[in-house]
Order: sequence, then C-alpha cells, then structure tokens
Amino acid sequence: MASVTLKGIKKSYGVTEVIKGVDLTIADGEFTVFVGPSGCGKSTLLRMIAGLEDISAGTLSIGEQVVNDLPPKDRRIAMVFQSYAIFPHMTVRENVAFGLTIAGAPKEEKDAKVAEAARILQMEHLLDRRPSQLSGGQRQRVAIGRAIVRKPAVFLFDEPLSNLDAALRVDMRMELSKLHADLKATMIYVTHDQVEAMTLADKIVVLNAGIVQQVGSPLELYHQPANLFVAGFIGSPKMNFIEVTAARSEDGRAIVSATDTGPISAPVRTSVSAGQKLTLGIRPHHLALTADGPIAGNVRLIERLGHETIISAALPSGYEIVAALAGDVGLTLGQPVRLAPETSELHLFDASGVAV
Amino acid sequence: MSAQVSSNASTSRAPDNHGLRLAVRYLVLVLIAIIFIFPLIFMIMSSLKPDGQLLSDTRSLAAFLPVGDISFDNYVDAFKRAPVLLFVTNSVIVTGVTVVLSLVVCSIAGFAFVFIDWRGRELMLTLLLATLIVPFETIAIPLLLIASKLPWIGAEGLTFGWLNSYQVQIVPFVVDGLTVYLFIQYFKDLPGELIEAARVEGATWWQVYRRIVMPLAGPVVATAAILKFLAMYNQYLWPLMVVQEETYRPVMVGLQYFFQLNRAWGEIMAYLSLITVPVLAFYLVLQRAFIASIASTGVKG
Repeated sequence: MASVTLKGIKKSYGVTEVIKGVDLTIADGEFTVFVGPSGCGKSTLLRMIAGLEDISAGTLSIGEQVVNDLPPKDRRIAMVFQSYAIFPHMTVRENVAFGLTIAGAPKEEKDAKVAEAARILQMEHLLDRRPSQLSGGQRQRVAIGRAIVRKPAVFLFDEPLSNLDAALRVDMRMELSKLHADLKATMIYVTHDQVEAMTLADKIVVLNAGIVQQVGSPLELYHQPANLFVAGFIGSPKMNFIEVTAARSEDGRAIVSATDTGPISAPVRTSVSAGQKLTLGIRPHHLALTADGPIAGNVRLIERLGHETIISAALPSGYEIVAALAGDVGLTLGQPVRLAPETSELHLFDASGVAV
Repeated sequence: MSAQVSSNASTSRAPDNHGLRLAVRYLVLVLIAIIFIFPLIFMIMSSLKPDGQLLSDTRSLAAFLPVGDISFDNYVDAFKRAPVLLFVTNSVIVTGVTVVLSLVVCSIAGFAFVFIDWRGRELMLTLLLATLIVPFETIAIPLLLIASKLPWIGAEGLTFGWLNSYQVQIVPFVVDGLTVYLFIQYFKDLPGELIEAARVEGATWWQVYRRIVMPLAGPVVATAAILKFLAMYNQYLWPLMVVQEETYRPVMVGLQYFFQLNRAWGEIMAYLSLITVPVLAFYLVLQRAFIASIASTGVKG
C-alpha cells in the first residue's frame, strides 16, 4: 500500500499541452476517481502514473519513491484496462498468474495466490477456461484477478466498466466497492460516468482540458461545486443555469432575478455588488411545483420514471428549466407551471464561472 | 461460413432452389479445382511415359491418363542422370534454414517497428519499404561482388569468399522487406492494451515478444513461411551465379542437367514430380497449422 503524490505534472505532445500542471495527493488506501469529459486528460494522467506515458514535467511519487523514470514493472502498480486486455491464448489460470510467472514465482505460491484471487472474485469454476469462453463480466473479473494476485501498492482502473451492459455495470460497481473495502488498497479509477464517480469514490478529481477543476468528496462536489464546470458535470440530471442580476446582498444571501423570474434569494460565500451579472445554478431535484413559485414556464417534455417525474419547462426568454419532481405528477404538455427552488440549495457563479 | 449462412437463408426462402444452387456452386468449384490440378496430373502422368508416347499423347486427353506404356523408368534414369536427392537435400536445407531464420529475425524487426519507440524508426521504416520496389536482378551483381569477398570461419579456419556454400544462398535472403512488412501489419492490428498489460505485469520486451505477441501471430507466421518457402525453393538466378559445384546445387539449377546433350521430357517430368513433393508436404503441414492458429487464437475474443 502506498500514497501517490503528483507535483506539477505536465504532459505535452510536441507543442500541444494535454496535462497542464496537476498537483494532487492521494492518501494510502484511498479510492480516488478521475472524472471528466472525453479528451480531458484523465486517462493520460492515469497512464502517466502507470508508466505507459512519459512525464513531460513534474514529479510523480508512489510512497516515498519518485518513479518518473521507472518502467511500469518497477512501480508496484497493477492496471485494469477498458478492454480487459486478458491474453486470449492463455487460460484464466495462466492469465491471473501471468505477473507471478514473469517474476519467476514457484508453482505452489502461484497456485495459492491464484486460488485466493479466484475465491475473492468467485471465479474458481472458470480457472481452466479460455477468455473466448467467458462473458464480459467474467473477463473483467479475470482482469481484476490478475491485478490483485501481485498485491500491488496501487491499483489503476481505466474505465473498467464501460464495455459492460447497464445492469452488469451496477453489479460490478458494487463488487469493486467491496473489493476496496476488503483489500484496503490505494485505488485510482478513471471514468467519464459521474454516477460511477459519485458511488465509488472517497475522493473525486474533476478534470477538464488538462486542468484539475476541483478535488473533494462526492458530496462536497455536489453541494459546493467550485465552478460552473463542476456544477454542470456532477449531478444527474444536469444543473440548470440562468443568467441573473444581483439586486442586493445581505447576511450571506443575495437577492437575484432574471428577466422572466421573480426575485430569488440564494446563499453566497463572498459578497456580491448590486447590479453584478451572475449565473444562478439550480439542481433539478431542488425544484418543486408551487402556486406562486418565482419561475414560470410551460411544460415541454415529461419523462415519467415512476418514482419521479422529470419535466422540462420553457421560460418566456427561451431558457429550458429541468425539474425532477417526486412521484408521479399529473401534468400535460403545454401546461403552464410555476416552480420554486429550495433556497438553501442554490448556487451562484460570477462572470468567470467561479462560485461566489 | 458464408456459404453455410447463405445456404441456410436460401433454405428458409425457397427450398426448391436449394439443391440446384448447391449443384451449381459445386460444379464451379470442381471446374476451378480441375484447372488448377491438371498441370500437376499432366506432369505426373507424363513422368510415367516414354518420350515418344508422351509427345503423341499431348494431342488427346490421354495426356492426363495413365495409359499405354507405363513404368518408373524415367525416375530411374533421372536418378542416373543427376544427383536428385542431393539437390533436393540442398534445397530443403537452404530453404528450411532461411525460412526459420527469416521468421525469427523479421518478426523481431516487425515487433521493434510497431511496439518500441526508438530514434530513427520512421526513417528505417521508409528505407525498408523502399527495398520492396527494388527488383533482385538489379542488385544481383553488386551482391555477387560482396559475397565473393566476405570472410567466413569454418572447418578450414578463416577463408574469404562465400561462393559455393550454403551460407551464400541463405544469408542474403534472411531479411526481406515484404516479410517484415507482413509482421508489421499484423502486429499493428493486435490490441495495444495487451502489450501494455504485459508490460505493467512486469514483462520485458523479450517476454512480451515471446509470451504474448508470437503466440498470437500464428496466421502471419504461416503466411510468411509459405511465401518465403516458395520464393526460396524456386530460387534460380542467384544459385546459378554463386554455386558452381554440384555439392551445394539446389533443385532449380539442377534442372539444366536434363537439357544438356538430349532433351529427355519424361525424365524432366520425373525430376519435376520429385522436387514438387517437399513443396506439397510443406504446404499441407502449414495449412493445418494455419487453420488451427486462426481457430484457436480469437484475438478479438
């Protein structure tokens, strides 16, 4: 087990800089998730930790050791790939034991460790099969098995669940959580799926365009997003944004309004000046139908999920506001509605997108 | 596979047509097979006939049938006229050693081009591909001059000049652009994550090559081996230039024995039939390996 420390890590391909200076400390035993849209650099960052990509600048340490120039095999890491990357010409047993075979481990030790991994992952009955005889979920187990037999200091996962179907993904997610609890190992996990990030992580690192946007626990990111990007990326359905103007601020709250909303009181961490242009963020789950809510519009879309109803309402100015309403709400398309936000759960961002 | 699928489909749509379609398909396949196999049948049948009958039979279908005065006399005479077994042995040694060395060296080269990052890789690849368009005839004379002066340490100690030897027929053909290119193309299609996974698991480049890449390279090994075998076994110009002694002469150069003094067609056919045996044997063995490797690898899983 070990911590992982990144100091000023950069990656360039020629003149194109894809990782623009990342400082990050991942504590021993922590489950950290790198999340962000496609092309944000999260996989590149993981591959740099693995030693599969060179580091252009900065220092990477695993435990106390600087590993910038060490090949992957000397970094005490194990990696699980999106495509599983299990060797098609070997049996499951040979696949799981591959790293031990390469290291020249004696047969008894290999057998014992493979049996232990197979027990943890409940795949004892698969050991003599070939990868082509396995389902996607079983292949993923083999890949994880191969990672755990070597008892690495750090586990790296590169979108390991994205090739699985939705139901299996939920199952495997729970198993990974359990595996982390059992092994108490440092794990770094890359995904573009914010639900995976929220459910698995002790700590989430949100990346965009090669820059860390925010680091924090899932709920910190959800309740106190540092900027518009994080606010929009974390949470499903996505947060609504409305351009507003501040009227005044007092006692840690600001009164803001848009052209077609009534005055709305939102909490602020700093002070705002009267007349300042801001962006108001409202999560769909923090809107409720009321007779006198400040946001008025017409229903344009209804999605009935049983336990909740997601509606989209068009405001006169053209904004589309999405609301997730509890239970089955009897609404029809085109019907005028008024929505009221939960005022303690609102977010304000200044013109540069930073939370105020 | 596709034939099976389409015939199943036609069964479900129009059962009456199924038999007819199958018959037509087989008829076409049999015709194609006949076109390919008739020269071989002609060669073998002619090898069993005396020259006079052989030439007169060419006016009818009898050329393809074992009729008339049939005997193995031509084979006996062929063995008398030329050291056939020596020539076949020479060709098998030269071809066998070249194929094996070529598969090892060219696959390692292909591996280095695809998986390892090294300075000058692009330039070397361009040069390698450029050699594909240079015909052998244009470099034959310079190569002969070089080969005639190269040093060699053998039973007689240090000697100069490689003429009249096995190595002069083997070494220049161990590496060729086409074989390396075949390996490069195949390796490029292997999933990169397999190689990265092996690296992360602690494998050295040599272990990645031997334990991961080569076990998955069955189809390209079979293809490269067949192409190399045919090219080497059919060598004529180069051995004619560099081998004057019978001791190292390969089969194709050996053919000239049968055109000296009198042209004995029956003996030529007997000789050709004999030297075809290793080719057919090699092809049949490798064809099985080829099919087995495709069936068992399943890289895509």
